[in-house]
Amino acid sequence: MTAVLEARDLNKSFGAVTAAAQINVQIEQDSVVGLIGSNGAGKTTFINLVTGYLTPTSGRVLYLGREITGLNPRRITQLGICRSFQIPQLFNSLSVSENLAVGVGIAARSTRRDASDGGQPAQVEQLIERFNLRGYAGQLAGQLPEGVRKLLDIAMAVAGRPKVLLLDEPTSGVSAEEKFRLMDMVMGALTAEGVTVLFVEHDMEIVGRYTHRVLAFYEGRIIADGDPATVLNDGEVRRYVIGMQNQHKEAAGAAH
Amino acid sequence: MFVIAVGLTLIYGVMKILNVAHGSMYALGAYTASTFAGYWLAHGHAPYASYAVLVAAAVLVGLVAGPVIERGLLRFMYGRDEVVLVLITYAVFLILEDVTKLVFGVDPILVAEPYGMLGNFQIGDLVYPVYSLVLVVVAVLAGVALALALNHTRQGKILRAVIHDREMSMALGINVSRVYFVTFTIGAMLAALGGALTAPTTSVQLGIGAEVIVLAFAIVVIGGLGSLSGAALGALIVGLVRSAAVHYRPEVELFSVYMVMALVLIVRPKGLFAAAEARKI
Amino acid sequence: MKRDRTLLVLISALVVLLAIGPILPQWAVSFVSVVLYLGIVVLGMALLMRTGLVSFGQGLYYCLGAYAAGATPELIELVDGFARGLSQPHWAPVRLVLNAFTGALKLVQTPFGPSDLLTMVMAGALLAVVVAAVLGLLLARYRGIFFAMLSLAFSMILYGLLVRTSELGSTDGFGLSVKSFAGIALSTHWARDAIYAFSAVTAFACAIALHRYLNSYRGRLASAIRDNELRVEYMGASVRSLIHLNYVISAALAGIGGALMAATIGHVDPETTANWTTSGDFVFITILSGTGNVAAPFLGAGIFEAVRTFALEYVPNTWQMTLGITMLLVIMFLPDGLWSMFVRRRRSA
Repeated sequence: MTAVLEARDLNKSFGAVTAAAQINVQIEQDSVVGLIGSNGAGKTTFINLVTGYLTPTSGRVLYLGREITGLNPRRITQLGICRSFQIPQLFNSLSVSENLAVGVGIAARSTRRDASDGGQPAQVEQLIERFNLRGYAGQLAGQLPEGVRKLLDIAMAVAGRPKVLLLDEPTSGVSAEEKFRLMDMVMGALTAEGVTVLFVEHDMEIVGRYTHRVLAFYEGRIIADGDPATVLNDGEVRRYVIGMQNQHKEAAGAAH
Repeated sequence: MFVIAVGLTLIYGVMKILNVAHGSMYALGAYTASTFAGYWLAHGHAPYASYAVLVAAAVLVGLVAGPVIERGLLRFMYGRDEVVLVLITYAVFLILEDVTKLVFGVDPILVAEPYGMLGNFQIGDLVYPVYSLVLVVVAVLAGVALALALNHTRQGKILRAVIHDREMSMALGINVSRVYFVTFTIGAMLAALGGALTAPTTSVQLGIGAEVIVLAFAIVVIGGLGSLSGAALGALIVGLVRSAAVHYRPEVELFSVYMVMALVLIVRPKGLFAAAEARKI
Repeated sequence: MKRDRTLLVLISALVVLLAIGPILPQWAVSFVSVVLYLGIVVLGMALLMRTGLVSFGQGLYYCLGAYAAGATPELIELVDGFARGLSQPHWAPVRLVLNAFTGALKLVQTPFGPSDLLTMVMAGALLAVVVAAVLGLLLARYRGIFFAMLSLAFSMILYGLLVRTSELGSTDGFGLSVKSFAGIALSTHWARDAIYAFSAVTAFACAIALHRYLNSYRGRLASAIRDNELRVEYMGASVRSLIHLNYVISAALAGIGGALMAATIGHVDPETTANWTTSGDFVFITILSGTGNVAAPFLGAGIFEAVRTFALEYVPNTWQMTLGITMLLVIMFLPDGLWSMFVRRRRSA
């Protein structure tokens, strides 16, 4: 199967700091991939490199076999790669419906993909239903509770009808009980459409449950790559990623 | 012009406000200084002391107007957008224009003695008034003094910290609000000083505030908002451009300065010596 | 619902203005005409503000509109002469563009001649659009205070240019009068009324058009850009091209306003048009009106003009101060402009 997304020898340094080192990975169509690693390990940098926010110091990024290295985010989004953000990036003075309408509108105009299903208002409604935003539809985005903002952020990314969706910490800031519901909702909305999903996550349960494959990052490199069970049990991963995770969890547990 | 520009760039650097009212400070300084100096000389006091009078008047204006505006008004507006703050200073400018008119009347004042007293000197073919030389010296001294103060005194370092990153400074326990107060007052004094010293060379009348402020903006933008050395360079460039224009093609004098400003904005929006900005990820 | 209300308000306003026109006293006719053209300029500023930008240099297009209205023949002369001066072959493309431009101006003039109200407004809009299309390419790259400063710089450059151009009257400017409308000759008395009526209709048309625009996809995109440019780019839309477009639209509006001003006042000069204080006035009115609704700029312009006239009349020595104080009060207590008094923003459930 040809890779839908590929990184070859990707490197990124900021002066003395290496944010990404020799990243080589091929992502298959329709797969769900988890990106794990402690803070600063290079996960968000990877997303930034793939989506064009950062230009690699060296190396290449290929999408459907085509070179997209160095293109700007706008072009890359138009080609079919969308992302959500760690801190939700919304249009705070517009309502939820309006936010989605903007998203759907841009997608309809800038991408050359089929925008069927009854036109834009219908798509907006669909998104509102899928992401359970009915109760908030008329509210201004700037006044939403944090979890809902996250949802909207993801919905906006989905509005672009992407082939590849990159989610940066989709469940951070969401309460433990809500996490599974959110992921169920998101994955349900996507798998129907044949979308390849990569998401950054700190919660290993989520990673274990939803992914086919896990990439573990540490100091800019990928230190493990395989199916969840294998990776999560890998010695190095335990030490450098989950080990630290447990420390955080314990601390958080103690703090409650 | 340098003195004025320095005050403006200081206020912008620290408080991120492009102070339109700076022009009013200049005007007030000019008017006050001329009036005081006029009295002084008319009452037959020592003519050379009139310089001290000019400076004292400027300091007075700065010490009065600065705090009043900062404490009384600006203090409540700091959270707002940059542009809104500029509009507020514009409103203050309008108000002060009329206050000046009310206090000092509509007639122009001309107190030229301090200017003429020092006579002229010659460099080759060109005759220059000594007073202009004095102004240059004062400007240089002021610049040097400021540079020294900023780099070597504790207060100066605190100021630079705030210029660099306001929130961090607050987190470190620096009393930012007091720094703002001091900065604005110093800025006001500098503007007034510029006005006071320029007053003897020209007739002080309505509208000089407005004329000066746009030029000062141009200088500050050219040099880089928030950079002191930039203000110096900017003032130099503007001065040169204007003289060159007047000399070679007088018609373009007015807009040549704005051409340069536009050019700089286009090529290097942050100015020639932009204050270093940390990259916000 | 809300949308229909605006339409209704605008239509009734137009009808009322046209109906009472004949019976209004002279000062009222002038007052309304002034408010109308000021309001049109501010419509443009409101659009820019909706997109997140404040221009300190709308005076540029206001001035271009005014000068185009009064001096199209001289302008054509000047530009043609300048183009002729660029005789070397490598300037050919520039010459071509300039000639096309003067050609367009001449075309606009031919049906009814330069002293025709319709010609004036069209010439004003045309000139503004052409200049804005070019300058916009550059300006659309800037934001915030830099955008403001650069726009200011451009308007001051025009100011400087005009002050030194004796063919256009330097600081004194020149006078002009409207002799006809769409070819129908007008005596001085009828001219005034024609200007009034045409201003009302033009203001109405501009307001309706902008209202439609703001409620369209592009209008919402403008607000989105103001809120979060990064997200807009990240969804695949070009921020810069929309900013460019909105800039050109606002310039056209300023140009139309300027032309109407020239027609109404009968005199144009650099000081009251291109100088930064005029641009400052427009910014002031924009803040006063807010961006909530297309009728707001006219309300704001009305209040501004009223305050200014009264202040000049009763406190001539402190009219600037009055203006300044009013501005401060508005900024402090009505940050969304006057319109926020009529509309309560949606609050969370």
